[in-house]
Amino acid sequence: MKTAVIVFPASNCDRDAAVALEKITGHKAEMVWHRETSLPAGIDFVVIPGGFSYGDYLRSGAMAARSPIVKDIVAKAKLGLPVAGFCNGFQILTETGLLPGALMRNKNLKFVCRPEKLKITNGNTRYTSKYGNKIDVTFPVAHHDGNYFADDETLNKLEKSGRVVFRYVDNPNGSARDIAGICNEAGNVFGMMPHPERAIDPLHGGTDGLDLFKSIIESI
Amino acid sequence: MARNSKKKSDITPEIVAEHGLTKGEYEIILDRLGREPNINELGIFSVMWSEHCSYKSSRRHLAKFLTKGDKVIQGPGENAGVIDIGDGDAIIFKMESHNHPSYIEPYQGAATGVGGIMRDVFTMGARPIALMNALRFGEPDHPKTKSLVDGVVAGIGGYGNCVGVPTVGGETNFHKGYNGNILVNAMCVGLARADNVFYSAAKGVGNPIFYVGSKTGRDGIHGATMASAEFDDDSEEKRPTVQVGDPFTEKLLIEACLELMATDAIIAIQDMGAAGLTSSSIEMADKGGVGIELNLDKVPQREENMTPYEMMLSESQERMLMVIKPGKEQLAFDVFEKWELDVAQIGKTTDTGRLVLKHQRKKVCDIPIAPLADDAPNLDRPYVIPESDPILDINEIHETQDYDDAIVRIISCPDIASKRWIWEQYDRHVMTDTVDSSQSGGDAAIVRIHGSNKAVAITTDVTPRYVQADPYEGGKQCVAETWRNLTCVGADPIAITDCLNFGNPERPEIMGQFVGAIDGMNEACRAFDYPVVSGNVSLYNETNGQAIPPTPAVGGVGLIPDLEHFATLRGAKEGDTLILLGDTKGWLGASIYLREILRREEGAPPPVDLDAEKRNGDYVRKLIRMRRVHAVHDLSDGGLAIAACEMAFSGNIGMSLSGAVGVPTHGWLFGEDQGRYLLAVDEYSVNPVISTAKDKGITAQVVGKVGGDRITAAGAFDVSLAGLREKHEGWMPEFMS
Repeated sequence: MKTAVIVFPASNCDRDAAVALEKITGHKAEMVWHRETSLPAGIDFVVIPGGFSYGDYLRSGAMAARSPIVKDIVAKAKLGLPVAGFCNGFQILTETGLLPGALMRNKNLKFVCRPEKLKITNGNTRYTSKYGNKIDVTFPVAHHDGNYFADDETLNKLEKSGRVVFRYVDNPNGSARDIAGICNEAGNVFGMMPHPERAIDPLHGGTDGLDLFKSIIESI
Repeated sequence: MARNSKKKSDITPEIVAEHGLTKGEYEIILDRLGREPNINELGIFSVMWSEHCSYKSSRRHLAKFLTKGDKVIQGPGENAGVIDIGDGDAIIFKMESHNHPSYIEPYQGAATGVGGIMRDVFTMGARPIALMNALRFGEPDHPKTKSLVDGVVAGIGGYGNCVGVPTVGGETNFHKGYNGNILVNAMCVGLARADNVFYSAAKGVGNPIFYVGSKTGRDGIHGATMASAEFDDDSEEKRPTVQVGDPFTEKLLIEACLELMATDAIIAIQDMGAAGLTSSSIEMADKGGVGIELNLDKVPQREENMTPYEMMLSESQERMLMVIKPGKEQLAFDVFEKWELDVAQIGKTTDTGRLVLKHQRKKVCDIPIAPLADDAPNLDRPYVIPESDPILDINEIHETQDYDDAIVRIISCPDIASKRWIWEQYDRHVMTDTVDSSQSGGDAAIVRIHGSNKAVAITTDVTPRYVQADPYEGGKQCVAETWRNLTCVGADPIAITDCLNFGNPERPEIMGQFVGAIDGMNEACRAFDYPVVSGNVSLYNETNGQAIPPTPAVGGVGLIPDLEHFATLRGAKEGDTLILLGDTKGWLGASIYLREILRREEGAPPPVDLDAEKRNGDYVRKLIRMRRVHAVHDLSDGGLAIAACEMAFSGNIGMSLSGAVGVPTHGWLFGEDQGRYLLAVDEYSVNPVISTAKDKGITAQVVGKVGGDRITAAGAFDVSLAGLREKHEGWMPEFMS
C-alpha cells in the first residue's frame, strides 16, 4: 500500500495526514512537493491536506489547483485513483473541478475551530463502509472558508446519487443543506471540511477518524 | 573617510530630539564617532538606544532575576530561552508584547506580534508547536473596546491559523485601566534538538551575509521608537508605523529555515524584529565580535527609491538575516528558492568592528559597533515602591444576601465569563499533538512532544489587580500562579518567560511598581527554582498620563514526563468527593467578589506563602502521578465557588459544596487565599489523600460532592448547571454581537 500527501506552499496539515496514513497502513506516506509533475509510481491513495496553500490569497485553493502536480492528480483521479481532500484539500478539489461546488467564507465571517458532530449520510461509500451501524461521528473543524455552495440542480443531483457523505448536525459555517463532505460520481474522490486526521488518537478526544481511513485503504 | 561626512552636517538639535535622543546621549555619539553622525547613523543610534531595544530603564533590574538552573540551556540574551526536556529534546520559548501597534491597528498589530514571537523561536532552530496569548482590554463599555477585541482576536487567529501552529490557551481581562492602552502579549513555544540550537553570534571574518524573506518596504519605520513613548490624542496618526503581516511568507520561512538548519550551512541567524536590519546586523556583529559591511543595493526592496535610512529602520515583517558558511552559498540559495522566498547575499563579516553601509556606490554609514551596545544608556531611574493597600477586615466586607445572584454575576462577569467566542477562532488542534487547550477551561495547555509520550504544559498568568495593590506580593503571585497551574496538570514546572507591561518609567511611582514586581517575581522564582529564561519589557503604556495597571505577564512551561499520568479539571465523576488542599482564611481584599459584587477595588492582595505553595504543589503532582485524582483545579479568581463551577462545566456534572468552616460564608466561597487546589477523588482515595496531607502538614478537607445537575453551596446558592453555564457562555457573544 503506497500513499502520498501533496505538499503545497503553506499546507499545514501535511504532517498530520502523513501520521494518520502511517498509522493505518503501517507505511510512511510519500510527501510530494507541488512542483513535481507526476505522482511517484504505484501510489494507491492521495491525500490533499489542510492548510492555507498560498496563504488563501486570491481564493482558498485557487492557486494550488494550478500547481504542476495537480494535472497528474486530476488525470489519475479520472482513471479511478482514490483522492481525498480535507479542509484546504477539499477547497483545492473543488477548484480543480474534481468535485462540484465551492467553499465560501463562513456565514458569520469568522474562523471556527471546534469539534463538530456529523451525520453519516451515506455509509456505503469507499470512505465510510467501515462505520457499520454508526450514525454519527465527531471530527474537529478549523476553517474560515467552509461554507459549501452549489446550485440547486447540483445539490439535488448530489443528494439523489448518494454523494452527500457527511452532513453537519449543527451547521457551523452556513453550508448548503448542511453538507460537510461529498464524493464524485465514481466514488473515488472525496472532500470534506472537517478533519478526520485530527480524530485518530484517544488523546485527540476521539478516534472517529480511523474508520474513514480504514474504509478507503481497505477498498483498494 | 566617509564621503558624506565631509559635507556640512544637517543634524540640528531638533532632529536629535525627534529621534528620542537626549543631549547627553548625543554627546556620547559625537565622542565615539569623533565627528557628527549623518542622518543614517543618527537613526541607527536612535533605535539601538531606544527603550525598546536597549532596555535602558529596566536592564539593571532584570539582572537580578534567577536565570540559571539545571535545565537551562540558554537564558535571557538570545532570541528566546532554551530548556532541556530530556531525550535530546529542547524547548525554546518566549513571550513578547505588541501593545502599541495593536491599539493603533488591532488586526495587524496582533498578527505581527504573533509572527514576531514565532520568528524569535524558529530562529533558534525550533519548530513552533504552540502559541499562547495574554490579552488585556479596556472596560467593555468603552467605545473602542469591542472593535479592538474583534481586531486583535482576528489578527491572532489570522496569523497563527495560517502558519499552522495551534493557539492552545491564554487569558483575557477587561478593565478601565486599559482603556487607552490595550495589552497584546503573545507567547510561542518551539521544539528543537538540544544539540542543534542556533545562535545569533556572527563568528568569523569574510563570511557571507544572507537576507531572506519578504522584501523591505517603508512600513514600521521607527516602530521601536513608538513603543518607547507614551500615547497622546494624536496616536492614531501613528498608523503608518504599524507593520503588515504576511503569515504565508512566515510559514515558508519556517520551513525553509528548518530545512537549511538540518544542514551545516548556517553560522548565525537572527530575525529582523524591532529596528529591523539595524538591530539584527548589530546584534549579530556585536555578539560575534566582528564588523559587518552591507551593500544596501542588494536588499530586496518592495518600494522604489528607498533611502538607506528607510531600509535600515524599516520593520517590514518576515525577514531573516544569516551568516552562511563560505562554500554553502549555493545550498542556501537552492533551499530559499525552492520555497519561493526572496534571498540575497547582501554583505559580509569583516574584522573592522564597524558597521559599514554602502548605497549606490557611496559609503552612507561607518560607525563602530561596540558603542552601540556597550555605551547604550543604562539608567538608574528613581523609584518609589508603592506601599501595599491596607489589609481589609473580612467583618467589614458586606456579605451578600443573595448568593444565587452573586454566583451568577461573578460567573458571567467579563473576566470570568467563558472566552469561547475568542478561542473558537483559533485553530487549537493543527499538528495533532494538542492534548488539552482552552476548550476544557483547564489550568494549563498540554501539547505532546511529537512522536513521544511526553508533553509540555504551558500557561500564562498575572493578576494585575494584585500587582496594583501590592507590586511585590502581586509579583510573587503571578509566578506562583503559573507554577500552580502547571502543577494542576501534573507537570514539573521548569522555567518562565515574562512580559513586563508597565507605564512611564520616568515616573518614580511607575518605576517603583516595576522594581517591586520584579523583586517579588524573583523571590518566587528562587523559591521554586524556576528561572526566567527569556522575556520582554513594555514600558510607556500610558495615555495622557494615565498608566495601565502594572501587568507583569508570566508564561510558564513545564514537562509531563509521561502522558499516562496527567490531570485536567475535566474528569470529575458522579459520586466523587471534593477535597480542598491549602489554607482558607477567606481573603477578600483585591478579590473578584469585592470588585464585582460590592464594586470596590481596594485592599491588600492575598499573600503568597511560598513554602506552603511548594509543599502543596509537590503533593498535588505526586497525587496525579499516583492516579489518586480524577480532576484538579487551582483556586484563583473567585475562589472555591468559581473553581467548583469551572470543574462542573468542564466535566458537565453537578457539584455540591458543604458549608463554611471557621470562615464567614462569603470568604469561604469567594476568598482568594493562595496555594490552594480543588481535587475530585473517588471514595477510596479520600482517606489516604487527607491523611497523607496531614502527615505533610498540609491542610486538606472534604468540601463537597460531585454529582447531579445542579451547583450548590450549603447555606448559600443552589443553581442549575445548565442555567449557570448559559450565563457563563452568554456574556461574550452578547457583548460582541
